[in-house]
Amino acid sequence: MAGFLLRRLVNYVVLALVATFLAFTLASATFDPIGVLQQRNPPPPAASIEAKKRDLHLDQPIPQRFVTWMGGVVQGDFGRTITDRPITDELGRRIGVSLRLFLLGITIGILFGVLLGVVSAIRQYKFSDYFATLFSFILLSTPVFVLGTLLKMGAQGINDSIGTNVLIFVGETTPGFQGNWFEHLGDRLQHLIVPTLAIALGQIAYYSRYQRSSMLDVLGSDFLRTAQAKGLTRRKALFKHGLRTALIPMATLFAFGFGLLVVGGTFTERIFGWFGMGDWLVTGISAQDTNITATVTLFVAVCVLFSGWLADVLYAALDPRIRVN
Amino acid sequence: MTTSELQFDTPSDRVVEGPVLQVEDLHVSFPSESGRVQAVRGLSYHVAPGEVLGIVGESGSGKSVSSLAVMGLLPSSARITGSIKFQGRELIGQNDAELSKIRGRRISMVFQDPLSALTPVFTVGDQIAEAILVHRKVSKQAAAKRAVELLDLVGIPNAAERAKAFPHEFSGGMRQRAVIAMAIANDPDLIIADEPTTALDVTVQAQVLQLLETAQEVTGAGIVIITHDLGVVAGFADRLMVMYAGRAVEKGKVDEIYQQPRMPYTLGLLGSIPRLDVSEKQALVPIKGQPPSLTDLPDGCPFAPRCPMVVDACHTAEPPLMDVDGSVEHAAACIRTNEIAATDAEGAEAAVEIFGAEVAGEPEVAKIPREQREVVLGLDNLVKEYPVNKGVVFKRRVGTVHAVAGISFDIREGETLGLVGESGCGKTTTLMEILNLQKPMGGEISVLGTKSSEVDAKRRFAIRRDMSVVFQDPMASLDPRLTIHDCIAEPMQVHGYSKDEINRRVPELMRLVGLRPEQLSRYPGEFSGGQRQRIGIARALALEPKLVVLDEPVSALDVSIQAGVINLLEELKSKLGLAYLFVAHDLSVVRHIADRVAVMYLGKIIEIGEVNSVFEAPRHPYTQALLSAIPIPDPVKERQRERIILTGDLPSPANPPSGCRFRTRCFLHASLPPEKQRQCIEVEPPREVQAEDHEAACHFAQIRQVL
Repeated sequence: MAGFLLRRLVNYVVLALVATFLAFTLASATFDPIGVLQQRNPPPPAASIEAKKRDLHLDQPIPQRFVTWMGGVVQGDFGRTITDRPITDELGRRIGVSLRLFLLGITIGILFGVLLGVVSAIRQYKFSDYFATLFSFILLSTPVFVLGTLLKMGAQGINDSIGTNVLIFVGETTPGFQGNWFEHLGDRLQHLIVPTLAIALGQIAYYSRYQRSSMLDVLGSDFLRTAQAKGLTRRKALFKHGLRTALIPMATLFAFGFGLLVVGGTFTERIFGWFGMGDWLVTGISAQDTNITATVTLFVAVCVLFSGWLADVLYAALDPRIRVN
Repeated sequence: MTTSELQFDTPSDRVVEGPVLQVEDLHVSFPSESGRVQAVRGLSYHVAPGEVLGIVGESGSGKSVSSLAVMGLLPSSARITGSIKFQGRELIGQNDAELSKIRGRRISMVFQDPLSALTPVFTVGDQIAEAILVHRKVSKQAAAKRAVELLDLVGIPNAAERAKAFPHEFSGGMRQRAVIAMAIANDPDLIIADEPTTALDVTVQAQVLQLLETAQEVTGAGIVIITHDLGVVAGFADRLMVMYAGRAVEKGKVDEIYQQPRMPYTLGLLGSIPRLDVSEKQALVPIKGQPPSLTDLPDGCPFAPRCPMVVDACHTAEPPLMDVDGSVEHAAACIRTNEIAATDAEGAEAAVEIFGAEVAGEPEVAKIPREQREVVLGLDNLVKEYPVNKGVVFKRRVGTVHAVAGISFDIREGETLGLVGESGCGKTTTLMEILNLQKPMGGEISVLGTKSSEVDAKRRFAIRRDMSVVFQDPMASLDPRLTIHDCIAEPMQVHGYSKDEINRRVPELMRLVGLRPEQLSRYPGEFSGGQRQRIGIARALALEPKLVVLDEPVSALDVSIQAGVINLLEELKSKLGLAYLFVAHDLSVVRHIADRVAVMYLGKIIEIGEVNSVFEAPRHPYTQALLSAIPIPDPVKERQRERIILTGDLPSPANPPSGCRFRTRCFLHASLPPEKQRQCIEVEPPREVQAEDHEAACHFAQIRQVL
């Protein structure tokens, strides 16, 4: 099993390389950073434009540029932005911001989504099921920028009624905040609550639908009846035998949901003023910056492939039928 | 092995007075879109300690629903009224927590489908141990140890090792054993077995039935065995209850019901099953129509629309279950029981008399001696192997599944060959090879003298006209989006019949299979299983084939419907002079319909010959075991029969035993001295002539009568 997972991991390195190469090539071929530079008013002198071209290796063919960039990446240097700042420095901070925001949101989304789905399935066609269905469909059909704005308004309302700013929804931390680590933690939490809710709500709605149907499949199964015939109460049989089996098809969903959301949360990051990876991608593209775009793409590839790998591990852990010898 | 502290009580330890289970006036109904379904309507029965009660009925008769009601496992939408008393304690109205203390401890259940009855993600040992842990305060180790003992008790070899296996690593028979181990884990007082052998092969069915008997001896429990197969309960049950449309229509001692059935439905059931132990052509009783809808029952006897003895009085009121004259325990729900009693014939013969069944005549062509008739299908040493591959990207061959390992037979005009064997023996592969008509991997298939290896695509297309197929599952083999007319017309369109000809022929085919041409514009969904199978037969006959390949054509049908389809097949054969290749696992049906029979084991034909010769004087030990495993619907005969129980399951066809493929499970081989055993291990037995038109492949073939 360990060998199998290791082989998978090696395959993934190749895939990540391919994905990044394609993104790099596409970005290099379409971006025109010099053009942007020339449109400045007053136009920069020709000499500095030439220097910029050399800095950005624009005199080299694209594959060679990729090799040069990749050579740096292997050593932990992701190159510099057009504005000549090292990408590596910013990368760590942005990954931290994104993970902080999404890990919590997704975890809450998965836990409550599963719970809501299970309850819906067990109480199929009862009031709580209809309510959960309505809740999910409303959330799923609300664009995140609408939801985010609504949440901001709600948070403002709460703040107003309490009288102090308990829920802060701009940025990930108060600029220039002074205090010990505990106060820092409190400050970050205050910033975290509203955006986390924005992510978690959508995730709850999404997962609960899938969990409901996979649980319904299991509810009619013979082995659940066997478990009850053994003397387990219905509730115990449902959770021990039913939910355990119904979680198997969800594993892939969880894993990829995580991988895609970390970079798919561009809107959420922008609405709440969090400068994470999604925000960076948009910044990179609007600045016509190949290095930023390629770096974010590499990160996305790693996230997605790691998710695939995680799905394999989860599957093997959950389902004895597919364990590879 | 040392026994753990958990033991079974000996049956005599128990002080129980009165019946274990007493059901009184039980009603169960479910809501549905077309009104409330009255699944059980006033059912009363009891089970005494240590007694075996058989409940017989067709699908929808309420037999399973009533036992799930006893277990308290019906969905919450079910409305249950009446009384279910277990050891004097009322179960109806108890909540789930209270019932769960009884379930698995005092009453346990064995379900129909062992493949889905176990949770796929837990080991078999853990699931059995769980049954002990929920009811007793013992350590996990003690429960695990007990689970291993139980697995050993139910006959799982190498139990300690196998307890760690997951359900998917067990065969169907082994899983059913595990379920039985679970059921007896807490020494229950009542075991409910719901069609425990229906999903299993006959040899495994015999093993499981024997195991249930053992379970009953060990626990001393009362057993309720639910089945649609009158053969299964004949030798096992003490008393019998026949259910129809949610009610008991006849109950009494097993012997009395089989010999003097007093309700026309019971008579029909008995008359509709082909008998393994009858050599002369027997008439099968088809019960016309289908069971009534339980949402909207007519007044009067629910069986009246299908009853041959119906009189006006039957429609006025539903007859209650009344004691039959001269017997205290025998009761039937029919107003004309006395008239049935007046017929002299017994059991199935009375059914033939009352229902008026006839034996279909032999086809004209059958009068010509067999050797002079044309060979419709010939198989000469047919071989089919599948590679076993490993690896995802770079596939490499690691083995070969010898699905069909060189089989030969021929079918002549107007003749039926029955092909029988356990699942996994290669029956279906053989069938697919024949239908595929490609050049086989080895050997030769010839249809009407044309060899499949020598024909081009055009000729192959033409041959397909002479050969058609009827599939097992009538629900799945008709396209639900085509009307019946289109279903039957399709083969003719493909083969270029003119529109006029098709429009003339389709209604003709409908009448031929006993359906009304007015129904041609309907869709398959509006027909019952038996009717759909008739439509499938009509489609197969559309091109006027010479050979019809029948793949388990009646195994998915209820018994009363099955007889009608078998009769139809016989009638068509005699009318149209068809030849059939009849693939089945039910040997009783094969005996009834076939002229010759071929028995397959692990890709080889081990015995073949004229049907009476093979059934009455089987030469190969496997045939003998197979025949002895099949229960006969006659309690007296059944109790006297000695059963040959085969051990274990079919070996993997990827790695068949050397020499004789059957030797690993052969009782004859086990009884031989070592030097003779060596012959079995080293030399593959050839097929040798044993009698006229009777060949068997065994070094030590000898006749053994098992019926």
